[in-house]
Amino acid sequence: MTSATTSQPALRAPRRLGDRVFSIAATTSGVIILVVLASVAIFLVSKSVPALVATDKEVTDVGMSFWGNIGPLVFGTIWAAALALLFAVPFAIAIALFISHYAPRRIAQGLGYAIDLLAAIPSVVYGLWGIMVLAPAVQPIYVWLVDNVGWFPLFAGPVSGTGRTVLTVAVVLAVMILPIITALSREIFLQTPRLHEEAALALGATKWEMIKMAVLPFGRPGIISATMLGLGRALGETMAVAMVLSPAVIVSFALLQSQNPTTIAANIALNFPEAHDLGVNVLIATGLVLFIITLIVNSLARFIVNRRKAFSGAN
Amino acid sequence: MSTEVERVTTSKRTLEPKVLWLTAAASFLVSLGVFVVLSMAGITSGFDIVATVLWSAFLYVALSYVMSRIVEGKRKATDRLVAGVVTSAFVIALLPLISLIYTTVADGLNRLDGTFFSSSMRNIVGEGGGGLHALIGTLEVTLAASIISIPIGIMTAIYLVEYGRGKLAQAVTFLIDVMTGIPSIVAGLFAFALFAIFFGPGIRFGIGGAVALSLLMIPVVVRSTEEMLKLVPNELREASYALGVPKWLTVVKVVLPTAIAGIITGVMIAISRIIGETAPLLIIAGLSTNMNYDLFNDRMTTLPVFVYTQYANPGRDAQAYLDRAWTGALVLILIVMALNIIARILAKVLAPKGQR
Amino acid sequence: MNITRSGRVLAIAAAVSVSALVLSGCAANEAPVEPTATPLNISGKLTGAGASSQAAAEDAWIADFQMTNNLVDVTYDPTGSGAGRTAFISGGVSFAGTDSYLSDKELASTFAACTPGTKVFEVPVYVSPIAVIYNVDGVTDLNLDASTIAKIFTGAITTWNDPAIVALNPKAKLPATAITPVHRSDDSGTSKNFSDYLFQNAKADWAIEKPADKFPFEVGEAAQGTAGVVAAVANGTGTIGYADASKVGKLTVANIKVGKDFVAYSPEGAAAVVAGSKPVAGRDKSDMAVDINRTTTNPDEYPLVLVSYAVGCLSYADAKVGPLVNAYISYLVSEQGQALAAKAAGSAPLSADVQKQAAAIAATIK
Repeated sequence: MTSATTSQPALRAPRRLGDRVFSIAATTSGVIILVVLASVAIFLVSKSVPALVATDKEVTDVGMSFWGNIGPLVFGTIWAAALALLFAVPFAIAIALFISHYAPRRIAQGLGYAIDLLAAIPSVVYGLWGIMVLAPAVQPIYVWLVDNVGWFPLFAGPVSGTGRTVLTVAVVLAVMILPIITALSREIFLQTPRLHEEAALALGATKWEMIKMAVLPFGRPGIISATMLGLGRALGETMAVAMVLSPAVIVSFALLQSQNPTTIAANIALNFPEAHDLGVNVLIATGLVLFIITLIVNSLARFIVNRRKAFSGAN
Repeated sequence: MSTEVERVTTSKRTLEPKVLWLTAAASFLVSLGVFVVLSMAGITSGFDIVATVLWSAFLYVALSYVMSRIVEGKRKATDRLVAGVVTSAFVIALLPLISLIYTTVADGLNRLDGTFFSSSMRNIVGEGGGGLHALIGTLEVTLAASIISIPIGIMTAIYLVEYGRGKLAQAVTFLIDVMTGIPSIVAGLFAFALFAIFFGPGIRFGIGGAVALSLLMIPVVVRSTEEMLKLVPNELREASYALGVPKWLTVVKVVLPTAIAGIITGVMIAISRIIGETAPLLIIAGLSTNMNYDLFNDRMTTLPVFVYTQYANPGRDAQAYLDRAWTGALVLILIVMALNIIARILAKVLAPKGQR
Repeated sequence: MNITRSGRVLAIAAAVSVSALVLSGCAANEAPVEPTATPLNISGKLTGAGASSQAAAEDAWIADFQMTNNLVDVTYDPTGSGAGRTAFISGGVSFAGTDSYLSDKELASTFAACTPGTKVFEVPVYVSPIAVIYNVDGVTDLNLDASTIAKIFTGAITTWNDPAIVALNPKAKLPATAITPVHRSDDSGTSKNFSDYLFQNAKADWAIEKPADKFPFEVGEAAQGTAGVVAAVANGTGTIGYADASKVGKLTVANIKVGKDFVAYSPEGAAAVVAGSKPVAGRDKSDMAVDINRTTTNPDEYPLVLVSYAVGCLSYADAKVGPLVNAYISYLVSEQGQALAAKAAGSAPLSADVQKQAAAIAATIK
């Protein structure tokens, strides 16, 4: 693959007026994003500062402290999202592979469409489904787990009486982010150069060996990117978590108990309506933290993807 | 050497598809039988269809692996195992989908009638009424958000992939990453704070909601479009340049059409992502029981907000409110389905021929 | 393939019919109607925001008010009490609904919507008993006192056959099931009133001196909103929770101990306890905020109640708004308005005295 980096200006298309207009339009879009985000950041930081520097007296007045809550909230946010990813990513890759390489060509599109449908369901409906259907359905399983494998710290009792635990939330979140990861991975798997695939098959590889050698390495940066999009949604999901979870501001790894670590976004949604004075600032400050968490996660992903840039067509 | 031998054996002895189908049917029947017996014996409460499907999938995968291992050898067996696992994963993922759709349709059909599409909630208490005002609100707000986000998103992605070099591109990439992390409620608060500066603290209008949703939509559009553009082989661009085609025309005529199917999928994901948002709209678009066609004036209700408020604040006759909520959800899903179909047709028409 | 295709045809048909309806114009129910009574000579838009507890009642009030006064548009955003008060103080809405009366600090602030130098009014409009709901197999009648409820919700009592519960219910068949107490996960006036009731009646078991909107303990389950608590209690096993009485549906409700008797919640009992409560000290005449008499021993009163107020200006800077608020709030506290809320939202109508006092204040709004 020849590369067209700045060091190699050998391949340079002719520049015309259209070029300049197009280039300016594209750059402007980039700058718009810059300006918008700068203002969001200013808004967030300026509203957060009072919560960060609040005195003890002010904190007791509103009964909500930033420093007292942020630890458990950060833990809960990451914990729930990580569990969701743990369920969603293997499934998403398998489904994407199924649609792109296993399902009969004629029905593959229809199947992909069925999965895309999951993305169309609003989070309020996931919330309703989680609390009315899923939680009561899994509660007996949780009872069984606590009774039989309760010695394992994750499954420690006492079991929740309603099934509205962090594990249920993780399942709901996994179902929500599944279509996001699947849709992108599927598109990327379909883009695998057919020559690579055919070369592998011609060498006598089975289908799985071909996928392992040609499809997955090609799609890896895309899978990571898709996973990050899914993670972004899982970290920031508000309504479904707020409706399904039985939250508490604690740090706990137990999956099946009544008190579950809550997430930042759900905590904001739950407490914002009644928040006043400093309380509003505290909640926005936690929003700022969520912002930073997502940023770190994304940068990490970006770093991984960049190391494997060789696979990109437009490097 | 051993691989050589194996390959010879694999080419000779293979499992007939008929045998595999029989195995699948047998595993399903066995698990079905086990669970029917279990439920009749009263060990489990009621017949469990989910467990049946899970166990038959597991049985089938295990059986086909063992059979293949005996008949076809290790490599083929692994291949079959993966195929089985991948297929089962798909089937299992369909379970929540079916459960969700079933619940929504079963509960939503109660009120999927003419009144729902011809009435708002003005002066409605208890039964009756509908979601026309919310339907209009959803269509208008989503359309406005898309008009803002899609051009900005796609142009930014083009900038990043085709033009972006140096500091600005890095900054924009970084900022897109930051943007994916904006919690939806913060987007709503920001939009409200922004418009309150110009119009006072009482401001509630649809376009504000569209702006808030754009904040959530743009990064998704950029991310997915960027990914798709990167997949366009450089050879295509080079071929185009070699023919003397200017860069912008190359992007428009070669790069975008090649990636169009993926881009449209990405845009659809982005729309699906925002069309169901509740929290930011409650803050900046407000809540109204009346019809409102004007994006720039007055409160505007969207379907998710409608669903949420019907669920959260029911009157005495809670069932009537819950029925409206489910119907609202069903209509929302139907809208996205319709959008998806349109997008797919578009993608098919626009995509260059000769692709998979 | 056929299935997919017919599915698509159906979906397209749905999309077409949807767009046809969209194009067909105004909603059927919004056609001009003949007023059901003689309308007042008012017109314009009135917006309020605040407590979600009032939302169902406000919906009913607005509908009825607009049927009579067909030139008026009233909107109420159930954004929550805190958000409602903030919006009213900053002038974002013309009136607020709130489960907690204005704090002294809030009263001292400048109200942007009001004529400078004038006072605000605060009248109770929505009184709702809070019910203690439970879901235990085989138990349909349950008596509890404040101390036992406090112990259950702090986690001191963990099973249904605990001696403390058995002592109060000698006849009931109480199972050995674990108790799962369910409280509100969002901040709410309901939690605040519940907490206040328990502190006033069982100080030893509920050491929360200053009741807050947030449920004070990390015990048991939490669920979002009244609807969430009701769903969690209904779908769980061995659960107990507290919720606005009008939303409990078919769930079984515990009797609470008042004086020497166990009383079930009733609208009359709730209205009676509000009528018998003392006004908050040091407030203006136009401020009807009360501290509820939680420790009443009169079995005709039900002290576990939530009182939600309407807050607005006595004189509006915008002369067009005053008459609207006057008419609307007057309607809310009228006998007709209170009866409607009782029917549509299950609230307790204000007692005659309270109602008269509120009506007198509402009449002075301009």
